[in-house]
Amino acid sequence: MDWEFIVQHIPLYQEAAWLTVRIGLLGVVFSILIGLVCAAIQYFRVPVLRRITGIYIELSRNTPLLIQLFFIYYGLPKIGIQTDPELCGIAGLAFLGGSYMAEAFRSGLEAVSPIQMESALSLGMNRRQTMGYVVLPQAASISVPAFIANVIFLLKETSVFSAISLMDLMFTAKDLIGLYYKTTESLVLLVVFYLLILLPVSVCGTLLERRLRYAGFGS
Amino acid sequence: MPDLGLEVLLKGQNMVRLLEGLWIALRISLTAVVISIPAGILLGAMMTRKNRVVRAVLRLYLEIIRIMPQMVLLFIVFFGTTRAFGWDLSGETASILVFSLWGTAEMSDLVRGALISIPVHQYESGEALGLRRVQVYRYIIIPQTFRRLVPLSINLITRMIKTTSLILMIGVVEVLKVAQQIIEANRMASPNAAFGVYLAVFLLYFIACWPISMFAKYLEKRWR
Repeated sequence: MDWEFIVQHIPLYQEAAWLTVRIGLLGVVFSILIGLVCAAIQYFRVPVLRRITGIYIELSRNTPLLIQLFFIYYGLPKIGIQTDPELCGIAGLAFLGGSYMAEAFRSGLEAVSPIQMESALSLGMNRRQTMGYVVLPQAASISVPAFIANVIFLLKETSVFSAISLMDLMFTAKDLIGLYYKTTESLVLLVVFYLLILLPVSVCGTLLERRLRYAGFGS
Repeated sequence: MPDLGLEVLLKGQNMVRLLEGLWIALRISLTAVVISIPAGILLGAMMTRKNRVVRAVLRLYLEIIRIMPQMVLLFIVFFGTTRAFGWDLSGETASILVFSLWGTAEMSDLVRGALISIPVHQYESGEALGLRRVQVYRYIIIPQTFRRLVPLSINLITRMIKTTSLILMIGVVEVLKVAQQIIEANRMASPNAAFGVYLAVFLLYFIACWPISMFAKYLEKRWR
C-alpha cells in the first residue's frame, strides 16, 4: 500500500465526492417533488394525468439509469435539447427517482385505511383537516422505510455518472487506475469515500425509522 | 419532422446486433439469478437461526454488499482482485461473480424478512396439533413464506437485469456497447443516429423488464 499516493490524491477524491453529493442531493430533492406530485395524482385519481403518470412510472422503473442517462445525454441533443453533463445527471436521477418516490408515497397513502378518513369526516373535520391531521401523518410514517431505502438507492445510483463524463468518484478512481496502475490504492480511496457519503445516511435513516415506527395505528 | 436517426435501426444487421447485445446482458443477469436465488434462500434461512456468530457474519456480509454501489463492487472485483491475487478474470466472469454476490445478499434479506413475518403462533399452533418440526415447515411455514417471497424475488430479477447495464463500464460488449458501435459506424450517413439507437435500447430494456414486473404485481395482488 502506497500511503503517500493515497494522501496525495485525497483532495482529488474530495472534489469528486462533492460532485457526487451535490448531484445526488439535488436529484433526491427533485425526485421527492416529482414523487409527491405523481403520488397525489394517483391518489386522487385525477383523470388523464393519472394515465400519464402511470406510463411515466412504468417507463422509469423498468429501465436502468445508465440507459436513461445515455438517452438524455447523447440522444436528446440530436433533437435540439442540449444541456451540460451535470444538469443531465440531475435530470436523469430525478427521472428515475421520481417514480420510486411516487410509489413509496402512494403505498403509504393507500395503507391508511378508509375507516380513518371516514371517522375523521364523521367527527366533523373538513377534507383539509382530515388530510392534514389524520391521513398524511400516518401515510408519512408508513412511507418512511421505503423513502429512506430510495434515498440510499439513488445515492448509490450516482455511481453511473462517470459514463456521461462527469468527474465523480468512479471517474476519478478509473482515471487514477489508468494513469498510475495504483489499483489497490485508488479502490481503497473509492470505497472509503463512498462509505463517508453513504454510512451517515444509512445510520440516520435507521434512527429515523425507529423513531417513527410507532406513529401509525395498528402496526 | 426532424431526422430522428431511426432508419439506422433498419439498416443491415443493426437490430439483430442490438438484440444479441441485449441477450448477452440478459444471459449474465439470468446466470446470476440462477446462482443467487438458491444461495439466498439458504443464507436467509440461516439468518433466522439462533446462533449469534452465524447471524453476525451473515449480517456483515449483507451490509457490506448493500452499502456499496454495484459499480464499486464491479471495479473491486474486476480491477482490484485481479491485481491483488494475480488471476485473470474476463469482464463477463467478473460481472457474474459480482451480481451473484449482490443477488445472494439481497435475496437472503428477502427470505429472512418473509420468514420472520410469519407470526410465532403459526409454529406453535402447528406443534400443538401434533405436527413434527419438518411437517410444520412443509405444510405451514413454507407455503406462506413462498407466497410472500415470489413477487419480491421476481422484482429482484428485474433489478438484476437493470443493473447488468453497468457491465459496459468494465468493457463487456453488451447492448449499450453495440449501440455505440452502430452510432459510430453510421456517423456520416446519419448523424442523428444517437437519438434513435439509444431510444431503441431504452425500449428494449423496458420490453425485457416490464412484463416481469407486471407478473410480480399480478401475483402480489392475487396472493394477498
